[in-house]
Amino acid sequence: MLGAIGLALGLSVIFGEPRQLWIGWLLPLVGVRLDLDPLGGIFVAATGAVAIAVGIYAVGYAKREHWARFPLITLPLFVAGMLLVPAAGSVTTFLLAWELMAATSLILVLSEHRRAAVRTAGVFYAIMTQLGFVAILVALVVLSASGGGDAFTTIAANADSLTPGIRNAIFLLTVLGFGSKAGLLPLHAWLPKAHPEAPSPVSALMSAAMVNMGIYGIIRIDLQLLGPGPHWWGLTLMIFGAVSAVFGVLQASVSTDLKQLLAYSTTENMGLITLALGAAMLLASSGAPTVAAIALTAALLHLLSHAAFKTLGFLAAGSVLAATGLRDLDKLGGLARRMPVTTVMFGIAALGASGLPLGAGFVSEWLLLQSLIHAPHDSITLVALAMPLSVGAVALTTGLGIAAMVKAFGVGFLARPRSAAAEAAREAPMSMLAGMTLAAAACVVFAVAPALLSPALQRVLAVLPTVGGDSAGPQIDTILRLPGVAGSISPALLAAALAIAVLLALVLARWGGRHRPPAMVTPLWACGADSLSPRMQYTATSFAEPLQRVFDDILRPDTNVEVTHFAESQYLVEKVTYQTLMADPVEQRFYTPVVRAVTVWAHLVRRAHTGSVHLYLAYGAAGLLIVLLVAR
Amino acid sequence: MSALAVAAAALQVVGVLAGAPLVVGGMRQVRARLEGRAGGGIGQPWRDLRKQLRKQQITPRGTTVVFALAPAVVAGSTLLIAAIVPLIALGSPLESVADLFGVVGLLFLGTVALTLAGIDTGTAFGGMGSSREITIAALVEPTILLAVFALSVPGESANLAAIVSATENHPEQLVSPGSLLAFVALGIVIIAETGRLPVDNPSTHLELTMIHEAMILEYAGPKLALVEWASGMRLTVLLGLVANLFMPWGIAGADPSLLAVLIGLASITAKVVVLAGLLAAGEVFIAKLRLFRVPELLAGSFLLALLAVTASYFLGTPTS
Repeated sequence: MLGAIGLALGLSVIFGEPRQLWIGWLLPLVGVRLDLDPLGGIFVAATGAVAIAVGIYAVGYAKREHWARFPLITLPLFVAGMLLVPAAGSVTTFLLAWELMAATSLILVLSEHRRAAVRTAGVFYAIMTQLGFVAILVALVVLSASGGGDAFTTIAANADSLTPGIRNAIFLLTVLGFGSKAGLLPLHAWLPKAHPEAPSPVSALMSAAMVNMGIYGIIRIDLQLLGPGPHWWGLTLMIFGAVSAVFGVLQASVSTDLKQLLAYSTTENMGLITLALGAAMLLASSGAPTVAAIALTAALLHLLSHAAFKTLGFLAAGSVLAATGLRDLDKLGGLARRMPVTTVMFGIAALGASGLPLGAGFVSEWLLLQSLIHAPHDSITLVALAMPLSVGAVALTTGLGIAAMVKAFGVGFLARPRSAAAEAAREAPMSMLAGMTLAAAACVVFAVAPALLSPALQRVLAVLPTVGGDSAGPQIDTILRLPGVAGSISPALLAAALAIAVLLALVLARWGGRHRPPAMVTPLWACGADSLSPRMQYTATSFAEPLQRVFDDILRPDTNVEVTHFAESQYLVEKVTYQTLMADPVEQRFYTPVVRAVTVWAHLVRRAHTGSVHLYLAYGAAGLLIVLLVAR
Repeated sequence: MSALAVAAAALQVVGVLAGAPLVVGGMRQVRARLEGRAGGGIGQPWRDLRKQLRKQQITPRGTTVVFALAPAVVAGSTLLIAAIVPLIALGSPLESVADLFGVVGLLFLGTVALTLAGIDTGTAFGGMGSSREITIAALVEPTILLAVFALSVPGESANLAAIVSATENHPEQLVSPGSLLAFVALGIVIIAETGRLPVDNPSTHLELTMIHEAMILEYAGPKLALVEWASGMRLTVLLGLVANLFMPWGIAGADPSLLAVLIGLASITAKVVVLAGLLAAGEVFIAKLRLFRVPELLAGSFLLALLAVTASYFLGTPTS
């Protein structure tokens, strides 16, 4: 078992630093072509970095949770699959790596297959990911057939000769297929099921690295190979992104399951990235390549910072799960005293996810907003309408994201424990903490010194000329300046200044301290009654109740309040039961009819299955004849 | 960056520190007089602060470092905002460190710190206040950012100095529909962010109707003093910011003379006093909204901000 752990670790470390192999890396195998350019390189590097943190973490986690050997062997395979996808240089290699990634992740999701919820999630995931794969398969086969070759480089050379009809078809299919992998609406339903049910290191890999591959696909095929495209391409991506972002964060803000909340937050962040990509496309096609470059930088930077804070978030949630056996925020609480390091780690992740200053997500969201407000507004009405609405969507996402993260951190880690399991929590072992520390260090870099990533981002932008990548991108230095437009920010100086200001405030609070009696600890204010019980605290459900009420029309919670009165008087209440069920409304509306139709079809088809071999042979012959007729 | 520009920024911080309790006291006095009471006088908040700062430090049982540090984070972020925004002079040394988006982010950082402190107490009231505060903050954010967007259109930048000097050089922009709508939208969100009527009642004593006050119920003594001081400073800074965004006259330039700094100080004091007086007088005539009517108010302000952006896009006059 330890050997397998070592393998996981070794593989992740080896693949973690492929930066030296970035440019012109060509390895033709038998039908497998790997061609790693800076665009693929940044995704490989991100995946590798996530894998290192997860690999170290998994050592302790696997020991603590008594993992079987099988998932331990699959884990490095999964990482390898994810590293191969962005390294693939041809359509066949890409599809093979994609399928390796999908199959191994499915096995890992199912590693705790004794629980029914895991099995349901697994089936859901399997179906959705394979349907997405079909869309990608068809799109890429059409692309390579009409692009005159299997390798991406050949296709890129012939890309101009494609007809608009084929381009549009490929665009729609790839957006659907890759969008379902990235967890975009309405194809997101697998994500909040599969990510929470997988073991936490796997959730971290899936949420921080695998969903990126969907974004990679969109960038590679739609932005790089097919060019900026007409206006409606960018607009479609923006709408997909905005809807996913708002819906994802709304679900996250009312979710009471710690890991599900993080999974919905993944949908949200992928939505923001897609929105940024769409904006880059729209801006490039309406003649503003400089601003498009800002939007593209925002997308890439957000992708990287999301990988960092989401890894950390899932790993910290995994520590909580391992220590308490709980994911339900309504039963957690009080972990700050019992698991201080994990609490700090989750705090860093939550700060990053909320997009506040000093958080990992701040710089990229700032870049995105800057690119949206600096769109040229005198040329096209469409742009003039799309940009304010996107700013509104991004802002609402940020606002609700703050609420969701305050809930996750505040209710989950602060206050007093709401259950015996949370009360008995113990800090995670060293290797788990070490894995988290790595991810936390990455978060701090994104928050305070994004300048360190600037050279890498510039090189990636340079290979994306169709969306303004060849024009000068934003200068990410100590002070971050934008080219062509006035606007600057400095996360490092901001952090330093804030630290000074907080110290100043602390000094102010000392004023008059000489006259003070020594400090003392007192019980909490209980309105004069006896001491408060932990059950009187606000829970995650009650914390999110105002938001749930405000967005009632979208969320459609199933609430059931039952009041039992005393027999003597209807004004006296004996007990109240409150039940609320948050189901995914999109899933209910959109998926249920589809599933029902498929079931009806399956029943019809079953009539043909009589068990007679002769009949099956006849089916085969008829099918062959039809194929021959069609293909004639 | 001259020494005077640095001095002007320092003066802003000191002015906000010293002036915030006076602004709060003045608003209370205006209300008291309009309601027919004598009032405690303008200096009362200062006297309260001094009294609380001398009291014993009290740590409620079971609270963590989050509770202990939140007042300092709120006060610190507000002081930083006071140093960044152009109140007296344009050329703050921190001007390029954060633009208007950064300022909004700092504002939310303070809100989040207090919200977490409210949850950290582990009482029903703390959680209740935090939950309400964060709900309102989440709904305020879109309006603020859209208003920033609308303001950034004429100056083509979200940096504060650029916005203010654009308005100074083209005063005719102020009467454009975009600017007026943005002003109203920003006004509503500032009322919501600083917890004034009709969103929250700062002088309420009934816990069930509280938002901000419920969150800080467990604070006492020096920590309470810091929290109250900080919320006064937030109000003052935001009023000053709105005043200078829409009426920038009198503000000193990026490289000011001593006289210009003094004029800037006098003009911003006058503007804040007038705005605070108007706000206090307005509050006399309105009652607190039901909590679940507040989102409607905020949705309205969001719509105004959206109209502001589209109006400045389609009707805006080119500045160059």
